[in-house]
Amino acid sequence: MTKVNLTIDGRKIITDAGKTILEAAIENNIYIPNLCHHEDLKPSGVCRMCMVEIEGQRGQIIACKTIVTEGINVIIDSPDITNIRQTTLELIHCNHTQDCNNCMKNSYCQLQKVTAYVGINQKRFERMRKIKDYIEIDDSNPFFNLDHNKCIICGICVRTCDEIQGVNALDYGKRGFYTIISSYDNRQIKDSDCESCGECVVRCPVGALYPKNMQIPSREVKTVCTYCGVGCNIFLGVRGNKIISSRGDRNSIVNKGRLCVKGRFGYEFINHPERLKQPLIKKDGVFVEASWDEALDLVASKFSSSKKEKFAAFSSARVTNEDNYIIQKFTRAVMGTNNIDHCARLCHAPTVSGLVQTFGSGAMTNSIDEFLHTKTIFAIGSNTTAAHPIVALHLKEAKRNGAKIIVANPKEIDLCNYADIFLQQYPGTDVALLLGMIRYIIDENLVDKNFINERCEDYDTFTQSLEDFSLEEVEKITGVPAAKIAKAAKMYATNTPSAIFYAMGITQHSHGTDNVLAISNLALLTGNIGKESAGVNPLRGQNNVQGACDMGALPDVYPGYQKVNNPVAQEKFEKAWSVKLDNNIGITHTEIISEIEHGNIKSLYQVGENPVISEADANHVKKALDKLDFFVVQDIFMTETAQYADVVLPAASFAEKDGTFTNTERRVQRIRKVIEPIGDSKPDWWICCEIAKRMQAKGFEFSNAEEIAKEAFALTPSYVGISYDRIENEGLQWPCPTPEHAGTKYLHKEKFATPSGKAKFMPLTYKLSKELPDDEYPLLLTTDRSLYHYHTSTMTRKVEGLRELDKEELLKINPHDARHFHIKDGEMVKVLSRRGEVSVKTHITDICQKGVVSMTFHFFETPTNELTICEVDPVAKIPETKVCAVKIEKIL
Amino acid sequence: MSEYLNHIFENFKGSEEELIPILQKVQEEAGYLSVNAMHEISRFLRIPRSKVYGVATFYAQFRFKPKGKKHIMLCRGTACHVKGAPRILEEIENNLGIKEGETSEDLEHSIESVACIGACSLAPCITVNDKVHADLTPQKIEDLFKKKKSDKK
Repeated sequence: MTKVNLTIDGRKIITDAGKTILEAAIENNIYIPNLCHHEDLKPSGVCRMCMVEIEGQRGQIIACKTIVTEGINVIIDSPDITNIRQTTLELIHCNHTQDCNNCMKNSYCQLQKVTAYVGINQKRFERMRKIKDYIEIDDSNPFFNLDHNKCIICGICVRTCDEIQGVNALDYGKRGFYTIISSYDNRQIKDSDCESCGECVVRCPVGALYPKNMQIPSREVKTVCTYCGVGCNIFLGVRGNKIISSRGDRNSIVNKGRLCVKGRFGYEFINHPERLKQPLIKKDGVFVEASWDEALDLVASKFSSSKKEKFAAFSSARVTNEDNYIIQKFTRAVMGTNNIDHCARLCHAPTVSGLVQTFGSGAMTNSIDEFLHTKTIFAIGSNTTAAHPIVALHLKEAKRNGAKIIVANPKEIDLCNYADIFLQQYPGTDVALLLGMIRYIIDENLVDKNFINERCEDYDTFTQSLEDFSLEEVEKITGVPAAKIAKAAKMYATNTPSAIFYAMGITQHSHGTDNVLAISNLALLTGNIGKESAGVNPLRGQNNVQGACDMGALPDVYPGYQKVNNPVAQEKFEKAWSVKLDNNIGITHTEIISEIEHGNIKSLYQVGENPVISEADANHVKKALDKLDFFVVQDIFMTETAQYADVVLPAASFAEKDGTFTNTERRVQRIRKVIEPIGDSKPDWWICCEIAKRMQAKGFEFSNAEEIAKEAFALTPSYVGISYDRIENEGLQWPCPTPEHAGTKYLHKEKFATPSGKAKFMPLTYKLSKELPDDEYPLLLTTDRSLYHYHTSTMTRKVEGLRELDKEELLKINPHDARHFHIKDGEMVKVLSRRGEVSVKTHITDICQKGVVSMTFHFFETPTNELTICEVDPVAKIPETKVCAVKIEKIL
Repeated sequence: MSEYLNHIFENFKGSEEELIPILQKVQEEAGYLSVNAMHEISRFLRIPRSKVYGVATFYAQFRFKPKGKKHIMLCRGTACHVKGAPRILEEIENNLGIKEGETSEDLEHSIESVACIGACSLAPCITVNDKVHADLTPQKIEDLFKKKKSDKK
């Protein structure tokens, strides 16, 4: 980069060309007063505080908008400058509340800092002082307040909401003396478009926007957010043994300091009074508190009598890699069975079963940071702004950098506001849509021939399977106009590098694996894989779902996806664990439930999961759980599922233990113990080790998480090079096969991870969803997520503010359907499927297409999954939670 | 979406710089900018709706409530001001029970003050719709709007 020499305030400095004078001054620790500057935002130059002079030039210029040039001498203080600054500053103070001691931002306030530096003429300022009419403080948002009386109209909040968050909830309203920061229609924050991410609150230089809880922590600990799979780095602040704040780590490559509403404000559940504090044993139908010894002895003796095929374990994508490793080791080495699975079965099982066939690995191929340079972003079946808010920020930033965005979704989601093309396909028709795009790309000869010849197999057999997918045919199936499909296909194929994002909209179908294969075909066809900023990116839903899979909490593989029926792998683990291991593949999550129902599985050990709410056809799960002889639930709260348990073991939350989480981009990151475990709760690995030890098992004598990680990572080929020392400051992305390896930014660079090293095209046919609307059940129900809640809300609904922002389930229904069924907005209706019924409030909105209704599954009072169907994908065994038929009845 | 908006949008391309002309056109058709209309405009132009609102509130020409059946324009020009326009405004406000810039709930009256209506020789004056009322006194105002006041009682 070219360097520029200049002088600021008499000091000779060298800086990069293209920087502004203010940036050059800040990096050299020279203070030029400023109010509207923020390093994350483009300069706006509205506060006029950074006035400086350049020697030899007439008049003053603003430092924040003037680019440095060679040899200039910048004077930052002169009688003229001081005069201008003082006058401007006095005008700001004229209508600013003069009540610093009572202000939440006292001593952090930039206005105080500037005033102390510039000085104001008290007499002159008193004379001009004209207070605007007092405006009531807007305290409608549960997490922060807006006090217009302290606002200095610097616009940092407006620019943050635009440039960082892309939500544009705020803008300037009115003009002149009456200018205020205003939402649309000057609504209260809670009724505005605000997503409560708090980015503006963090950046507000004065006391206008401030968090309701403004306590200063006594110490902060760096860790990783426990909500979605993005894995944002956070600092949790503590006073006493209580978490009182959370802030983003600006040095983290994952989130660059940014957080969503859950990450920034959703920590209240950690110290919630309802946390489980003591082991509980059910005696005569009632839970009674017990000592750890009593509870663990009982569990150990019961488990001893139902080993092998009578036992199954549900591990968890919420707990650490170390916890998962121990739980799967316990299941395999002590209980002698491979019947272990976890909730990845309900989210990304098709990704693993699909992408392993074609690419050899089922993880996101790129890193989140790479998307800033992607040219075409194709988001299909992913409501990114709600489910992966920080990834969505990267997509919006890419858009500002000139990228094109294609959104394919049955619903008009928020991301559509940024989309260049929006394809609204009918739910469950993704295979047809994708194959239509593929056929168009082939017909128009937009394929990457070299890539196909050199790096792929089975192309010819694949092309023969496209007969039925002409654009006209696909338009009939999907409901998307042919011209739009063609335009999207062309954009994806030609405006490269292109990256595909997908989530549950692709996987949660009875043909989820086919959907994934269709995506992989599209990427291979155009060579958009194995390159920087181009690839196939399944967005993982939970904080450690990638890690739980990596650690072998699956019925068919040991840690590192080493097949249990591969004798070499079996021998490796038999040697490592000094036991004989079963080489029969275990059964999956959905099959375990059926086997329990059939009476074949007697004991279930379940960690951190809530299938009574999360599993499709929930009534069937409840019936099954009732049949268990012995059911152990290990969790941080008394969940709906824990009610069915015989023993409930209190686990420590993510803030109370050490370990690692692996985020959606394969980055293994450290989580740290911030506070002591609440009550008598214990880390999950400790509990499982204690059960094992009481069953006289060897190999569970661990005294901390790091010892477990050493054993686990050494047995997992892609983790071998990772150690706690190496990830102390920043996580590493697997594969990282040696201690010298720098981690892998994107996968499949030179060759694919398949046995042949080449990727496979897979011929496909279009299959209908299992239960489509008919005369009796005329509407199609699909499920979605809310930004404010997470999964079955066991954590988010313990946070008062999040509960307030999203109070209850709403059945989203198109205005046309609402008229047809004579339903008013906000009316309570009964939703019925062939499996159950739920009473729910309606919300009439055109984000749903005609004939499609949608619900989340965050609310136990309205268990959506009592309606959904447990028809599973034949390969991945994932239930079809995205499509089932329902009808609506009015409540009379 | 309302018919009239569709009709207006047909004459525009949907690019950002058309915002102010569209706002003007919508106000011309509907008499004011409704919350719903601004929302639809923001969707049509793909501009954040907070920005549409910001632009609309910046300009004095835009109104956010419908005009009354009788739209009163009060002259605040120099001559009228000197001859007691503030007193006249106060009197109108008292009689109608609404403030300057507001519309009565029954949509009968609305008051707007303007810089000068160019009838300085008749100061102080107002127009009610297109009819000019000249040489006003508080008494004349009361006579003019008395009915309204007694209705209210």
